[in-house]
Amino acid sequence: MKHLALSASLAALAALQLTAATPALAQTAPAAVSVAASPATHAASFNPVALHYAALVHASYADTLQTAQAMQRAIAAFVKSPSADALAAARKAWLEAREFYGQTEAFRFYGGPIDDGNGPEGRINAWPMDESFVDGIQGKPNTGLINNRKFAISKSSLAKQNERGGEENIATGWHAIEFLLWGQDQSETGPGQRSFEDFVDGKAPNADRRRQYLTAATELLVDDLSLLEKAWAPGVKNNYRAKFDKGGKESVRKMLVGLGSLSRGELAGERLEVALNSQDQEDEHSCFSDNTHRDVVNNAKGIQNVWLGEYQRANGSVLKGPSLRDLVAAKNAALADKTSQQIAASVAAAGTIQAPFDREIVGAKDAPGRQRIQKTIESLTLQSKDLVTAASALGITKLTLVSPK
Amino acid sequence: MHKYVAMVLLAGSTGLAISIGVIGASTAATHSNDGQAEGELSGGDTTVYATGRNAFSFPAANLGDEERTRFVIGNSFFKRNWVEAPASTTARDGLGPHFIARSCAGCHASDGRGQPPQIRDRLGQHNPAVDLLLRLSIPGTPDPKAGIVPEPVYGDQFNNAAVQGVKPEGELLIRYTPVRGRFADGTPYTLQKPAYSFRKLGYGPMRADVMVSPRIAPQLIGAGLLEAISEADIVGNAASQAAAPGPIKGRPNRVWDAFAEREMTGRFGWKANVATLAHQTAGAFRGDVGITSARFQDESCTPAQTDCLRAPRGVHGRAFEIDDKTLGDVVFYQATLAPPARRNAQDAQALRGQQLFTQAQCAACHRPSYVTTEGPFPRLSSKAVNGQRIWPYTDLLLHDMGEGLADGRPDFQANGRQWKTPPLWGVGLIKDVNSHDRLLHDGRARGVLEAILWHGGEAEASKQQVLKMNKTEREALVKFVESL
Repeated sequence: MKHLALSASLAALAALQLTAATPALAQTAPAAVSVAASPATHAASFNPVALHYAALVHASYADTLQTAQAMQRAIAAFVKSPSADALAAARKAWLEAREFYGQTEAFRFYGGPIDDGNGPEGRINAWPMDESFVDGIQGKPNTGLINNRKFAISKSSLAKQNERGGEENIATGWHAIEFLLWGQDQSETGPGQRSFEDFVDGKAPNADRRRQYLTAATELLVDDLSLLEKAWAPGVKNNYRAKFDKGGKESVRKMLVGLGSLSRGELAGERLEVALNSQDQEDEHSCFSDNTHRDVVNNAKGIQNVWLGEYQRANGSVLKGPSLRDLVAAKNAALADKTSQQIAASVAAAGTIQAPFDREIVGAKDAPGRQRIQKTIESLTLQSKDLVTAASALGITKLTLVSPK
Repeated sequence: MHKYVAMVLLAGSTGLAISIGVIGASTAATHSNDGQAEGELSGGDTTVYATGRNAFSFPAANLGDEERTRFVIGNSFFKRNWVEAPASTTARDGLGPHFIARSCAGCHASDGRGQPPQIRDRLGQHNPAVDLLLRLSIPGTPDPKAGIVPEPVYGDQFNNAAVQGVKPEGELLIRYTPVRGRFADGTPYTLQKPAYSFRKLGYGPMRADVMVSPRIAPQLIGAGLLEAISEADIVGNAASQAAAPGPIKGRPNRVWDAFAEREMTGRFGWKANVATLAHQTAGAFRGDVGITSARFQDESCTPAQTDCLRAPRGVHGRAFEIDDKTLGDVVFYQATLAPPARRNAQDAQALRGQQLFTQAQCAACHRPSYVTTEGPFPRLSSKAVNGQRIWPYTDLLLHDMGEGLADGRPDFQANGRQWKTPPLWGVGLIKDVNSHDRLLHDGRARGVLEAILWHGGEAEASKQQVLKMNKTEREALVKFVESL
């Protein structure tokens, strides 16, 4: 009986959004309606949520790809004729694309296209990075792949070097590009100050190779992002999306594993607690650009997107549809509200963290910056527990954050 | 609603039935409404439902909040690169002088398993043997705390990297020769047998009677659970095998532990030559990364390696390079890495493979299950690993594995033909995590079936049974092992 009521409400919800359909929504809504309209089975309550999630994931990767391609154009212009202005434009494009990539990290940790056995996550966003693996650093100007002229720079050679001999030996991805655009961050008040002249022949050794490297790393990143976009594209036979759409409860389980793992282990843990503990800039996620405060917000927002089934696209339109929250609310409205509030509190707490993050983590326990980060950690930890309880309300216990019995 | 397949895990091994007979009803009664197959929860309450790249990197599912914080801090020191002294960073200063990797994760990538080096890759670049460690010793009567007599100039292991101004010890060469055979149904197979040699030796020739033992970095999941298996269980395994008819006669290793400061039953390392995670970790920090600690204060430079002895140290006024708290956090991290749940545990092919596994006596040494007690150092582990029904598939004993696998190098009580039964949990996820399928102590086997075909000695009869299996049976057996 309950399932029937839920299906009906989801169908109504889907229908409601059809009237205000954005182009992306138009792809998913009919499917959602047809499933919800079918005879109420146990799976029917899960399917519309999984379907809408898949649409949201695809939209998120599509936006990331599009903004990364804009970055690629800015980098191509910079590499063609290096100047301070062109470097500034490339940096701006990197920051813009990161706003979207950060939100996609909610799609990790369940062995989906981003991090299954062939997943490109390690090539795309590995950190922390031993920058001397890529280029010279203060006191060691001749180190790194760029300064080793025997090393042939190409997309495949960089991919092969990535994480070779250690998880910090990062050759590729957002943070390698970030290091090339900003350089080491030696400033207490701002980001790295690499000069555009590092890319000008005659001004810096191996400038030609630095240009080649930046170009190849950017191309590789765009390639990997388009793989993800394709894996989640609708209407493609045999891609990951096709299987996920049919996954019902198992697909919803994956969604929850992703949210819980990002909330507690990765965001609260690896990215915030470790940095608070060490007070070391090297434990800062985007340490060259001083953009870590935005990384935190975007991760927290990515979780909220999935929970609410809502995503604001790069073009400003809002994608909206059947959500985890709806699913949980049908079982336990109070729990759904509590979880929504906690997730919102995390996004808000993350928003209070100030740049530069490497100064925010320094000081005594009661330093205002440290307290802002601590508050974010606490909220994320609480939300991870709410998510476990929410999963349990749906009969899902095969997670990573709770004893599975 | 849910099917619980009653499995006769021990039908073929009467000796072990006493110690592992009690499984089944109690776990089945406490399952969730998701349904779990018998043995699906590889690590009991610690089990995580994880696949993909991160499958080996999750903390125990039942870990508390503060413990999760300690876990991520330990992880950061596990994966961060250590740097050469003198460095501006005081937190991770002191790499080398000799070393193999700059971090723990240099060999245990994503907490997973290493593979033998491709000595020259397609780019024509020389790749040092990072994941493959070569232990060295010479014949003689060892110091009871060392278990071996080190090679006088190169010490107890080969270090192929060094900081600036210090010579690396040399380069490793591996040459593979094919070993051909046939299954009873006529299907041919080819194994690859490695031979190891050194070149560009930094400090002159090694002793002619040097003994070399290659060891690949294993996946680390469930290390704390293995540490919490009682010594009585391990010794009991040996007693059961001794009492049972047949060739399988495992023996525990007895080794010196620098943290407990006493002799204990070995359980870590390919020859069970280490008893505790703390000793293993501090030993690897010193031997593999060149990071000294309270219990291992001297860099691993021999008297002949004067450049190594003269190199700067990253001690910052301390007597050693990693402090007790940080070392403890790294130990804790490994102790609480969770085993992932089994996949396809109720798959018909895997169930058939499980029967074959039992029939071929594999379970006699790869003992499926235990209930843990508690580890030796409560402050370096978590209560989360105590009292758990776990499924590691090992007896933690040494077995004669035959001439084909023998390294000819004794280690404490282990002789040159013995290897410890490695746990099988997670074997099917190595491809997910590390993108390869290399198994056995030196990674010579390409996949589960090759690993089985290398078995000899006490396991010869089991291998013969596998040789008689047809293709369907072989595939079912592999499917089962890869479901663990």
